[in-house]
Amino acid sequence: MSIQNIERRRFDALIIGAGGGGLRAALQLAEAEASVAVVSKVFPTRSHTVAAQGGMNAALANVLPDNWHWHMFDTVKGSDYLGDQDAIEYMCRAAPKVVYEMEHFGVPFSRLDNGKIYQRPFGGQSQNFGGDQAARTCAAADRTGHAILHSLYQQNIRAKTNFFDEYFAVDLLKDEAGNVLGAFVFNIHTGEELIIEAKTTLLATGGAGQLYRTTTNAMINTGDGMAMALRAGLPLQDMEFFQFHPTGIAGRGMLITEGARGEGGYLVNVKGERLMERYAPKAKDLASRDVVSRAIYTEVKEGRGCGPEQDHVMLKLDHLGTDVIQKRLPGIRQTCITFLGIDPAEHPIPVYPTAHYTMGGIPTDRFGRVVTPVKDTPEEVVNGLYAAGECACVSVHGANRLGGNSILDILVFGRAAANHIIDYLKDVRYHKPMDENSVDRAYERLHRWDRTGDGESVEQLRKDLKRTMEDNCGVFRTRDILENGVKEVHKLQERMKNARITDHSGLFNTARVEALELENLMDVALATVYSACARQESRGAHSRIDFPERNDIHWMKHTLFFRENCKLDFKPVRTKPLSVASFPPKARVY
Amino acid sequence: MRFKIYRYNPETDKEPWMQEYRLDDIRPGMMLLDALLAIKEKDPTLGFRRSCKEGVCGSDGMNINGTNGLACITLLSDLKEPVEIRPLPRLPVIRDLIVDMEPFYKQYRDVKPYLTVKDPLPEVELKQSPDDRDKLDGLYECILCGCCTTSCPSFWWNPDKFLGPAALLQAARFIMDTRDQATGERLDALDDPFKLFRCHTIMNCVQVCPKGLNPTRAIGEIKKIMVKKSL
Repeated sequence: MSIQNIERRRFDALIIGAGGGGLRAALQLAEAEASVAVVSKVFPTRSHTVAAQGGMNAALANVLPDNWHWHMFDTVKGSDYLGDQDAIEYMCRAAPKVVYEMEHFGVPFSRLDNGKIYQRPFGGQSQNFGGDQAARTCAAADRTGHAILHSLYQQNIRAKTNFFDEYFAVDLLKDEAGNVLGAFVFNIHTGEELIIEAKTTLLATGGAGQLYRTTTNAMINTGDGMAMALRAGLPLQDMEFFQFHPTGIAGRGMLITEGARGEGGYLVNVKGERLMERYAPKAKDLASRDVVSRAIYTEVKEGRGCGPEQDHVMLKLDHLGTDVIQKRLPGIRQTCITFLGIDPAEHPIPVYPTAHYTMGGIPTDRFGRVVTPVKDTPEEVVNGLYAAGECACVSVHGANRLGGNSILDILVFGRAAANHIIDYLKDVRYHKPMDENSVDRAYERLHRWDRTGDGESVEQLRKDLKRTMEDNCGVFRTRDILENGVKEVHKLQERMKNARITDHSGLFNTARVEALELENLMDVALATVYSACARQESRGAHSRIDFPERNDIHWMKHTLFFRENCKLDFKPVRTKPLSVASFPPKARVY
Repeated sequence: MRFKIYRYNPETDKEPWMQEYRLDDIRPGMMLLDALLAIKEKDPTLGFRRSCKEGVCGSDGMNINGTNGLACITLLSDLKEPVEIRPLPRLPVIRDLIVDMEPFYKQYRDVKPYLTVKDPLPEVELKQSPDDRDKLDGLYECILCGCCTTSCPSFWWNPDKFLGPAALLQAARFIMDTRDQATGERLDALDDPFKLFRCHTIMNCVQVCPKGLNPTRAIGEIKKIMVKKSL
């Protein structure tokens, strides 16, 4: 279709992504009678929120004593003091309300005998600022993400939200002043392009776990929103911090929830030793994820791994009994039976650290507004653009996310962004004219893939990228490895210029979608290796063998990566909370 | 291993046809989705949906050797050769294995699949006993893959009047939820010769559900509650 004839539709708010963050925001906006369009490349309930297992944190104190301030302390400590304490306070204070709302929306939480929501212990949780283990994670068996995503979609059906299912967002549209005014998208079914003009745009596109070969992430997690932000000239923040979940099924990557250890499971090495006793004497298996992942990696490296290749450790659950496993962990039990042919009620599960979560993302403030440095101001608001959830970096997770805080993050900040949008819409009554050049650029990006002839295959490039990231940007890092990573990703980007697809059909062209996704991954990969190469310290998930210590004097700051010339910048951590005293950095022991 | 896969691109094909593929590198534990991805590497024009690769997103429902299932949790070693793969039956085909799910989603929307509470909401959770919560097990886990409904002869015969097992399972999920206060309306809406009562307990749905759910039993429970209510 020629660019002049492309249909244009207008909405108050455009939400890109229909996982928990996008749907929570959509619901808030629809109920405020704003006109909302939700664009998603998959039907909403296929979004990756559906795969979250263990639960969401909130200091409800249904099982053990708790309060939001303890939750805040654990989150700050878990972040290795890189999290912004104003956003963390906001999230932890909002958590109980957000959980109760979700319950009212219909989430079938597991229950305690008194009828209240069931809560289980999770990693990095404590009572009384580092005291005894807390039980803060609200769960619907081990299918909490599914329960939350479906309930949110259902409530959006009630609220009559406008869905553009199986539409792919190509790029953001702007005016010359830099205001974001919508997006250029196309209908995957028909191939027809559409320009969505919106007074506000919320990116809620999730993470980029497809950067890695072995990942718990779904195939759709290709960092689309992050790459759109980069192409719009905005930075990505703290991309060097990528979480490796300690317990993916070894060699395959399916997630085994931290809830398995929360319910009493533990890790053993080839000698049958409880290995975490050595690395985290107090919290043991419920230490933070970065700590447990490094412990497993070290056990294997030092020859105490299990199996014929000695390349994994075992997660033992059989002592919990079939009843507990069936009641609290039915989903992972089924996954083990399906993919390993073993029942965890009888046999231990082979596990190994697996790429899981993008701590970094599009920088925002605690209202979900995207912020970027302008001249001497480190955080200038980008008008009309919001981001929430895994694609964003608000930053509540800092250098390491606590289990149970991701579903909380998407709901708290999806909702907060929507509330801010509602206010913004009161002042901004009309659509601004957009810079047609930004439409042209998006159109060109899409139609670049119409070219024919010989060239590199997208599939091969994707494989090479995943291998490169796994080899050069994994759990432990050094300067040499990372510099090689930078070089290799640059080479892949060069090869990408010569890539071709052979399918040029307009109808449900999955080859074209995959090519666009790979372009997105390439940009996000570059942000990740550059940021990792720059940070000369070890903090949270970023472990440098050549810089094994945390360095608060030089590195207690956020990294910002810009696509243009691969420029890096930094900005201070917001250490001042909203109402309580700041938690100063301390040695992090579990 | 040999595969015969349904191909149809309305832009270029007059009618659907079956394409044969061969894969030599079959490893133990490989799922059908792994095979489809390997085939797609060789032939990127083959269209199918997929995402999570572990049976929770519900994208890759398809008809495999005559039975509906999810490709990502179907072991190749359980399949007879040549493996014949077709789109889910009785939904319009968009392309290859990709069907238009809209009729299926409409059935879902038709049962008003959302918790309805009429009383004022407390500032905390609505209480529910563990026993009452247990009543939702086997109902809430549905992933909307469409395997059950498109395997149901009653749906094939009356796709626009019978709601199909997936939507009825959802109806049951809310009827059984002790927190929901629209039970009467829900039951009234189903009291119709077709919507619910076209279920003839053929039980194809139970056989194919990749999550091990039992829509037939859920439909039976709704019928029982209806009878009780009318007495």
